[in-house]
Amino acid sequence: MNDAFDMRGESHIEVHKFRAGAIIIATLLALVIQASFPIHFTKAAIIDLPLLVTIYFGLSRRNPSTGLLLGMVIGLLQDSLSGPTVPLGLHGIAKTIIGYLASSIGARLDTEHPAARFALTAAFFVTHQGLLVLTRRILLAQPEPWFTMHLFVAALVNALVAVFLFLLLDRLRKN
Amino acid sequence: MVAIPSRHKSLVLLAGIIVLQVLLLAVQIKRQSQGRLIRVWTVGAASPFERAGSYGFGWIRDTWRHYFALQNTTKESEQIRRENDALKLQITQLQGKAAEADRLAVLLNFRRSHGEVPMIGARVIGTGAGTASLTIQLDRGERDGIRKNMGVITPDGVVGKVVEAYPNASQVLLLTDKESGVGAMLADSRIQSPVGGQGEPLLVMKYVPNDDAVNLGERVITSGMDRIFPRDLPVGTVAEIKSGNPFKLIQIKPAANLERLEEVLVLLSLRPLEMKNEENSGDAQPPAPGAANPRPVAKR
Repeated sequence: MNDAFDMRGESHIEVHKFRAGAIIIATLLALVIQASFPIHFTKAAIIDLPLLVTIYFGLSRRNPSTGLLLGMVIGLLQDSLSGPTVPLGLHGIAKTIIGYLASSIGARLDTEHPAARFALTAAFFVTHQGLLVLTRRILLAQPEPWFTMHLFVAALVNALVAVFLFLLLDRLRKN
Repeated sequence: MVAIPSRHKSLVLLAGIIVLQVLLLAVQIKRQSQGRLIRVWTVGAASPFERAGSYGFGWIRDTWRHYFALQNTTKESEQIRRENDALKLQITQLQGKAAEADRLAVLLNFRRSHGEVPMIGARVIGTGAGTASLTIQLDRGERDGIRKNMGVITPDGVVGKVVEAYPNASQVLLLTDKESGVGAMLADSRIQSPVGGQGEPLLVMKYVPNDDAVNLGERVITSGMDRIFPRDLPVGTVAEIKSGNPFKLIQIKPAANLERLEEVLVLLSLRPLEMKNEENSGDAQPPAPGAANPRPVAKR
């Protein structure tokens, strides 16, 4: 493990560093899979891989500035791949905030346990959807429901996928 | 100048980036632009990987369906099983190619039977990278003659319309998207009314008065009034009818399988077109003089 430690607060929480290019490759792979996978496996559209990658690197890097910048880039790329009916900035704003929150929480809590990762991902997913609805309602004047059963199921599915995906992404860390 | 405490720097950065993106949204709404340059770059960079990903996932899916899912059914000796496995793999590859050939043959037949309508076949290589819109990405773009607002169909029915054309790719807004719509009419009663998406698998037909008779299972076809799709293309069938105020609430099941699209046809014309009745369609005959009269498409 890397020896860099966050000295803020009372507890010393390890800041993880990753192999060169790991964050960029994981991000691009997440976006490409998100765009290609649902063609063949329709139900896979429920999984928001770019969001999971944002949360993971936010929780691991534990630097709010890096987290929010990564969230912004991922969000804007997702917007530009989603077609002109999705304005640039819709996912950008939501993922910027999620990146910031994830890295801020990651700097204060130990987020390595699968149960913690499950709970945090579910909470972040709901928050992310809430931010999308808020942006649509306030800035785009598009009425969207705040809560649906689909959102609840999607949050659980994404949280479950995150537990396994994060274990996979842990392998990209520098030892 | 007031110095910002280091612990607040990230918060200031967050606020700054949010404000910038809100401004970006405002500019797009005000100017009705969608940041085309950024999208062209992103789609241009991503589409080769999407193409590769699409083929890769397709291969995995076919292998899973035709090989692994059947593997437990064979209870033969090790030697025979090995030979069998090798043959299955070969069959898998051949089945994949045969299925693709079948799909392409259907598209080709459809194109031949509608020779007066210029169209081009395209492969679906991606979907919208999010749940905010229902779009698909095609492997053909402006260089193949595809332009914004062109109609996209399959031999089964209407798929959607091109919302953005890039040099080597294009994005199609599916009929099921909330912002999508098509001029349509009921095939039997000839009642005209737009059909739109609602972000769900079923479409909705708007503005049919409660007094008008509509039957379950009745076919819905294009009316040509949207000036994108030619008349008489299948849109779907009436799946549910409820009384509303002041119009009926009619749910339509799309004719094309919008959840499993692999190849589509793009109508290469921005002018209103007339489709020939398939019964009369020979090899690239010119449209009949009376084609302006709406006629239902012959059953396939």
